[in-house]
Amino acid sequence: MIITMTINGGQRTVEVNTPTSLLNVLRDRLELEGSKQACEQGECGSCSVVLDGELVCSCLVMATDCDGSTLTTVEGLGDEDTLHPVQQALVQAGGVQCGFCTPGFVVAAAALFDEHPHPESDVIKEELAGNICRCTGYGAILRALEELAARP
Amino acid sequence: MEMTTPKDLTEALTAIDQDPDAVLLAGGTDVMIGVNFGETWPSHVVGLRRLAELTAWEGNRIGAGVTYRRLEKGPFAALAELSRTVGSPQIRNAGTIGGNLGTASPAGDALPFLAAVDAEVELASLNGRRTLPWHEFLVGVKRNAREPNELIVATILPEAMPPRQAFAKVGIRNAMVISTVSACLTRREDGTTTIALGSVAPTTIRARKAEAMISSEKSPTEAAIAEFGRLVSEEIKPISDHRSTAAYRRHAAGVLAKRLLERCL
Ligand SMILES: Cc1cc2nc3c(=O)[nH]c(=O)nc-3n(C[C@H](O)[C@H](O)[C@H](O)COP(=O)(O)OP(=O)(O)OC[C@H]3O[C@@H](n4cnc5c(N)ncnc54)[C@H](O)[C@@H]3O)c2cc1C
Ligand code: FES
Ligand code: FES
Repeated sequence: MIITMTINGGQRTVEVNTPTSLLNVLRDRLELEGSKQACEQGECGSCSVVLDGELVCSCLVMATDCDGSTLTTVEGLGDEDTLHPVQQALVQAGGVQCGFCTPGFVVAAAALFDEHPHPESDVIKEELAGNICRCTGYGAILRALEELAARP
Repeated sequence: MEMTTPKDLTEALTAIDQDPDAVLLAGGTDVMIGVNFGETWPSHVVGLRRLAELTAWEGNRIGAGVTYRRLEKGPFAALAELSRTVGSPQIRNAGTIGGNLGTASPAGDALPFLAAVDAEVELASLNGRRTLPWHEFLVGVKRNAREPNELIVATILPEAMPPRQAFAKVGIRNAMVISTVSACLTRREDGTTTIALGSVAPTTIRARKAEAMISSEKSPTEAAIAEFGRLVSEEIKPISDHRSTAAYRRHAAGVLAKRLLERCL
């Protein structure tokens, strides 16, 4: 079937004839490889996107269920010239090592800051509990987001 | 693959009436695991995510499509509490109470709550509606009483909800964990107490002997609370599996039972 989605503000159309995930379609068919594929079971958050206003794991969304949906992926949040405030904060605090988890953290943290511009530390931890990082030990990621939360 | 995205309940029911093998998709947090790992590769999927009849929530009637994120903020204390323990924000934004009933896992975290308050499950087909008490709906490990041409529409909580209710689960870490043992306890002013447990039997179960014993205690002594915990551990039928042993589950169930009771006194 043909599915049409509004992705990062632009219309994209793609034909999908299997029950494959939104993540696979983003990466393999739409050249949006920012969303990372790791566990494919909702455990790591590296594939996080905002679908119809909700932060979800795109590996657990069936692509054919997204016809007419609105989607924000990490590609929609910032680019090399104009970083998203969350990206800026991660760079400044050294919250990135191998970077594999980073797109997921950026999307999840951006969704959190959209809703609560000044989250408490506990809220940051709770809301990012679905994102796993193998490298940083989380300290630098948390410091980055706490610093961002404290900005007026 | 065929994808049906029904506009209303009748369209959804018609689709599954014509094709009883169609896979129903709500939040997808269980279904997609099967797809990603090649265990299920459906040829026809009916998407329920956007059906207003399922996402509706009015008072004690909670639509099957209500997500944990919404339940977290709802008025039923133990339901809100358990919803906060499900998966992660990403999972809670997608996962629904109807999906938990559909999967009917012994570890489904919404199920001990529904059992403890004696909730009912409303099913609809083109032939009409029927309502089953939770224990007639949950019939075995990952098995429920839904007919292939039926949809789970809602779960209905009793009018008079117990004023005190609490939920707790034990797992291997804090976030994102499948329950090793879960329990929900409710208590009314007159002492009437219910306790339901998950992951300790093929389906969610109530510990009726323990309930009867503690319900007759107006202000339970420490000895009575300990006896309540002992009876709960005795009544359950846990197994050993990759998550834990039967002995640990018995122990943990007793501890959870005592803790939840103390919180509800
Ligand atoms: C990382 C992760 C963590 C998790 N953590 C927990 C946890 O802590 N506790 C817990 O209990 N579960 C957990 N789960 C499991 C899952 O999120 C829950 O069971 C959830 O309630 C499923 O809801 P869903 O809407 O995503 O269901 P789906 O995957 O869409 O559907 C599940 C099943 O129910 C059927 N179904 C759905 N809606 C209906 C309906 N209206 N009528 C008839 N059948 C229907 C489907 O056909 C399917 O068989 C977790 C899952 C993941 C991936
Ligand atoms: S790849 Fe989706 S959560 Fe890990
Ligand atoms: S920076 Fe390597 S996984 Fe997080």
